Amino acid sequence: MIAHAETVPSGRNPLVKFILRWLLTTNHKEIGTLYLSLSFLLFFIGGAMALTFRAELAQPGLQLMGADFYNQMVTLHGLVMVFGAVMPAFVGLANWMIPLQIGASDMALPRLNNFSFWIMPFAFGLLLSSLFMPGGAPNFGWTFYAPLSTTYGPPSTDFMILGIHMMGISSILGAINIIVTIFNLRAPGMTLMKMPMFVWTWLITAFLLIMAMPVLAGVVTMMLTDRHFGTSFFEASGGGDPLIFQHVFWFFGHPEVYIMILPGFGIASEIIPVFARKRIFGYTSMVWATGSIAILSFVVWGHHMFATGMPLATELWFMYATMVIAIPTGVKVFNWVATMWGGSMTFETPMLFALGFVVMFTIGGLSGLMLAIAPVDFQYHDTFFVVAHIHYVLYPGAIFATMAAVYYWIPKWTGNMYDERLGKIHFWTAVIALNLTFFPMHFVGLAGMPRRIADYALPFTGLNTFATAGAFLLGLTQLLFLYIVIKTVRGGPKATDQVWEGAKGLEWTVPSPAPLHTFEVPPKVD
Amino acid sequence: MSQEAIHSGDGPPDYYVPHSSALPIVGSTALFITAFGAGHFIQQSTDTVPTNTGSFGFWIFLIGLVAVACMMYSWFSTVVKESYQGLVSEKLDRSFRQTMFWFIVSEIMFFAAFFGALFHARVITVPWLAGASDNLQTHLLLWPDFADTWPLFLTPGGGLTQAMAAWGLPFINTVILVTSSVTITLAHWALKKNSRGPLKVWLGLTVLLGSVFLVLQVVEYVEAYHELGLTMSSGIYGSTFFMLTGFHGAHVTLGTIMLAVMLIRTMRGHFTADDHFAFEASSWYWHFVDVVWLGLFTFVYWF
Amino acid sequence: MNSQIINEVITVQLAIKRFFVRSRSYGAWAILISLLSTTVLAQGWDMRPGVTEMSQHLRTLHHISLWVCIVVGAVVFGAMFYTIFAHRRSKNPIPATWHHSTKVEIVWTIIPTLILVGMAIPATKALIEIEDNSDADLTILVTGSQWKWHYQYLEAGIGFYSNMSTPLEQINNTEAKGEHYLLEVDNHLVIPTNQKVRFLTSSDDVIHSWWVPDFAVKQDALPGFINEAWTRVPEPGTYRGQCTELCGMNHAYMPIVVDVLPEDEFESWLEDQRIALESMGEAAIAARSRDWSMEELMPIGEDTYLSNCATCHQPDGSGQGITYPAMTGSAVVNGPIENHISTILNGVAGTEMQAWGPQLSDLEIAAVITYERNSLGNETGEVIQPLTIFNSR
Ligand code: HEA
Ligand code: HEA
Ligand code: HEC
Ligand code: CUA
Ligand SMILES: [Cu+2]
Repeated sequence: MIAHAETVPSGRNPLVKFILRWLLTTNHKEIGTLYLSLSFLLFFIGGAMALTFRAELAQPGLQLMGADFYNQMVTLHGLVMVFGAVMPAFVGLANWMIPLQIGASDMALPRLNNFSFWIMPFAFGLLLSSLFMPGGAPNFGWTFYAPLSTTYGPPSTDFMILGIHMMGISSILGAINIIVTIFNLRAPGMTLMKMPMFVWTWLITAFLLIMAMPVLAGVVTMMLTDRHFGTSFFEASGGGDPLIFQHVFWFFGHPEVYIMILPGFGIASEIIPVFARKRIFGYTSMVWATGSIAILSFVVWGHHMFATGMPLATELWFMYATMVIAIPTGVKVFNWVATMWGGSMTFETPMLFALGFVVMFTIGGLSGLMLAIAPVDFQYHDTFFVVAHIHYVLYPGAIFATMAAVYYWIPKWTGNMYDERLGKIHFWTAVIALNLTFFPMHFVGLAGMPRRIADYALPFTGLNTFATAGAFLLGLTQLLFLYIVIKTVRGGPKATDQVWEGAKGLEWTVPSPAPLHTFEVPPKVD
Repeated sequence: MSQEAIHSGDGPPDYYVPHSSALPIVGSTALFITAFGAGHFIQQSTDTVPTNTGSFGFWIFLIGLVAVACMMYSWFSTVVKESYQGLVSEKLDRSFRQTMFWFIVSEIMFFAAFFGALFHARVITVPWLAGASDNLQTHLLLWPDFADTWPLFLTPGGGLTQAMAAWGLPFINTVILVTSSVTITLAHWALKKNSRGPLKVWLGLTVLLGSVFLVLQVVEYVEAYHELGLTMSSGIYGSTFFMLTGFHGAHVTLGTIMLAVMLIRTMRGHFTADDHFAFEASSWYWHFVDVVWLGLFTFVYWF
Repeated sequence: MNSQIINEVITVQLAIKRFFVRSRSYGAWAILISLLSTTVLAQGWDMRPGVTEMSQHLRTLHHISLWVCIVVGAVVFGAMFYTIFAHRRSKNPIPATWHHSTKVEIVWTIIPTLILVGMAIPATKALIEIEDNSDADLTILVTGSQWKWHYQYLEAGIGFYSNMSTPLEQINNTEAKGEHYLLEVDNHLVIPTNQKVRFLTSSDDVIHSWWVPDFAVKQDALPGFINEAWTRVPEPGTYRGQCTELCGMNHAYMPIVVDVLPEDEFESWLEDQRIALESMGEAAIAARSRDWSMEELMPIGEDTYLSNCATCHQPDGSGQGITYPAMTGSAVVNGPIENHISTILNGVAGTEMQAWGPQLSDLEIAAVITYERNSLGNETGEVIQPLTIFNSR
């Protein structure tokens, strides 16, 4: 039996009631919705920034903005997408689904959960307000390498640093909450090795967050003291080193990229078996592969630094360690294919997005493997080839996974089916636009176009124009997604409790839409 | 905010889910005010930013801090109240424990960032600047007069400093902290045996030791600044020294406050022999602070 | 299960054919067409072969890993598209029930491992060679600063700065763009053919990265440290590259142009440089031994200003926000002259305002100061002589 302390604000103006409900809620479903909405908003803001600088890249020469503003846009695009779009989207999904999937009545620490969420809008308020500060927003890339960001950074850098501290607090508290929920609140009989893959991947992601985010907090703190208190962590004249920055940053940064993909792996592992009507292939090895990826992610960071003049032995280590990650990731990909093999598949929108995820993430992963070959990385590094890699793993990776999850679970959330026809149109247009945008980037990169430049030499023109056109198309398709989501929230064919024919698992045993409180009496799992 | 538990029958509920709370939104607003104020305060007080002058940052920062403190006070009193209403089941208690454990893990990683910087500087950067590995040219062309020493008495840029000797105050502080780890454990044993007298004595002693540690740390800082010329700006040695000891000091302060609160609660008769999570959490935290210090003493002062 | 797989593999080829002929999944066609169209557009967009042995070797390595990826991709996606086709519900209404096979899993752990080992071996060899900076015939110190390169020939004792020479009009689209838009500089780096040239990279301010794709040399230039890289170019020619580490506002405008000359021509070029250096010394002596008039200095000053200062302070001296102060009405420009001179000579530490003393001649500095003080909205009427600059150095 679960006890609630109810404090429904009564007898007040409905608007006040509405606002208070969302401000004060401790319910995991409502907080999940808040996270997802914030993430969607920031995805559009980050995307609008991408469109802004993509427009500048349409033609050589400066047409729309100065080079400094271009840098500000790229920096904020990276920061907003990574910390604002992808991470909160996954946390939102975790909030909604983990308690439902493990048969818990809520998250382990509901009040803390609300705290984790509400830090985020403030943190991004602080970060985005930097656009209006004298000297402009941070303009040194989302990796904020010292000393460009310390000695030479604009004043707004300090607010970026403090914003990142806030996001860090939010992520750490959120991750702790998720771990504790999973370890402590599983329904009787739900042993660890019976947990849905989404829960497993999130457990491991949460662990990565707890290990990585404090290191980010540490490195930005050193930036702050270098900027204002005379320390010389990143300055050779004081015995420091800009590479200290890079090592500490990437010690956080590489686990961070797996933080942005592991929950996506979990989502694909949920969806594919359902629509293939066949159990997931090699559940145990999926779990072990995820764990190995997480552990390996802490020893490969130097692959971002091959050109910085590390000693040979160090370079070799980072090259080998990075290549090894292809093995467990390969296991995951092969297991997905094996899950489909011999199944009885249908291709509703969630399945399409999951398959799109698998295919295009693999393309991104394979280009990652190419980057890992250290000697050749001297040619790829800091070119658009890297930009192509990151968007293949992040857009059809993280973002497609999120969209697959939204289509998959939105009937459970709202009780309504989304419009299948529009969903399919969304998928196909997105896939096409996406490849039009990002595939050419491989080629401009190979041809020698560096990243983070506002203006480029003439031979790169054709493909850049092409990519810009693709980007705008891609933006349009996302408006369609917005429309579909709104339409589904407002109405539509009623969904059944099970929603999907092949769906198994606790979340499908509760009514659609899921009532505010579920599993007050823990279900039994056998 | 009335917290009315619909809870009947014997024993605590299976799990207690608080519904609606103003604490988080107050807390995040307070955090925002603190960060906003801190940013302005830092810019205004270090005069590297010509566009941000004035002194309002300090006051906003202060207001933010006070608000955060109030929020935390109110949050923890709420939890204590809920515990007294019998709402904390064994399972919820387990959640609290695990939360504290992972929180400490994250704190360890925070220190790991600074230790990482320290090790990189000592093992790689400083030798490289002096020509080690394949960096002969760095030494010959850029820093020909620089020699590899640690502590770094003379930076490549020519900054001078003296080192803090390990066997003076730092060693006394080590003894103090290790002793305090013993006393907090004795306090815990006393609590488990429900002997309130010794509990108060040992706990009080721990708080006292923590405070003495902090006082000595201040004395040490004064010595560093005024006698040794060891400051934040005296190169990577000073940077790592003050960053590590500074953040450690901040954590000791927090730990001491936590233990002081535990002392007050003990005086008020809180805690029983088998239900005293807050006390345990504080003592875990204290041990963590102690262990970090041992790392500091070894790598910052000693070797 | 195994026999099932074998059966299916046999029908794969047929099935794929049928899939594309009869498929109702126009989407697959759409993807294919979109990929193909970019591929067509990308004709000739492979990694550049470059001109050195190393660049060609790296290109081969690139092709190896590319082909590994293509083959792995083809196998994985092939299997996937086949199963999508063959095991859709209308074809295979009853799903299989197996869900693991240790044997298969071991196989697909071992095969990738072997592939990776196969890739790692040549990569290791190449990396060892890249990092072997010993026995160079010629050493050049390459120092980045915002946003230009400074080349110093350590053995010969000569050095010069290399600035982008693309005019602002082309960047701002008021003039047609030249063939080497953004990839042209005033002073080319010159190196000889067939010699092992070692580049020492460093920086005066932030991190830059010196990259010439055709040599396959990319090395970060870190402030306070020196990194090493090398090349040996068999063919004379002009090769272009760019800074590849974000280094602030004009990161896009920091090109590299290298002229590779046959060895004998290189020697005579070096000789010319030495002579030029001497005559520059003589010119400098001549310049400071006489008084210059305002009319003489202003055009020189304007030129110097436009080519060195205008990117930050703007051609009309209006500056850019708080980061780059306006010259118009500036307290420094209209204040005491010593202050102005030392600002230009020594720069402002920790800002993008660098020391111009090493980069410009006495005459140029005198001229630019005179220009700033009597133009761009300022009117102090002062004329600064090269001798004053010489004495302030
Ligand atoms: C979700 C995010 C994500 C993910 C999952 C990855 C995954 C990988 N990344 Fe990526 N990466 C980024 C996000 C991500 N990356 C970002 C954002 C940057 C740029 C940061 C910046 O500078 O701004 C970056 C940069 C980056 C670099 C630095 C490039 C440079 O700056 O020069 C490198 C180099 O090694 C790299 C490698 C890899 C590898 C080897 C993987 C592997 O995990 C991929 C493994 C997957 C596969 C290999 C495919 C599936 C496997 C099989 C089908 C098995 C069989 C295959 C074989 C045996 C060949 N990445
Ligand atoms: C999850 C992460 C993520 C996502 C989803 C994206 C999405 C996109 N990214 Fe981004 N990108 C990064 C992460 C991501 N990116 C990172 C980490 C970097 C490195 C940054 C750095 O170098 O520091 C980067 C860098 C980067 C570059 C390189 C810039 C440079 O080096 O100079 C480019 C260039 O084309 C680019 C383009 C795009 C485009 C076109 C999209 C598109 O997918 C966007 C599609 C558009 C929308 C989704 C918006 C929809 C909105 C509208 C249609 C308008 C409505 C308008 C309003 C409501 C105001 N990105
Ligand atoms: C890379 C950008 C850049 C270039 C190129 C540059 N400057 Fe500056 N300049 C700056 C910055 C930034 C400052 C502000 C320094 C500070 O914060 O005090 C500055 C300050 C100045 C000042 C002092 C103005 C004041 O009011 O404080 C003068 C005078 C000046 N520059 C002249 C020049 C001249 C002459 C040149 C060319 C020979 C030049 N600058 C080239 C960036 C640049
Ligand atoms: Cu110099 Cu980019
Ligand atoms: Cu990485």
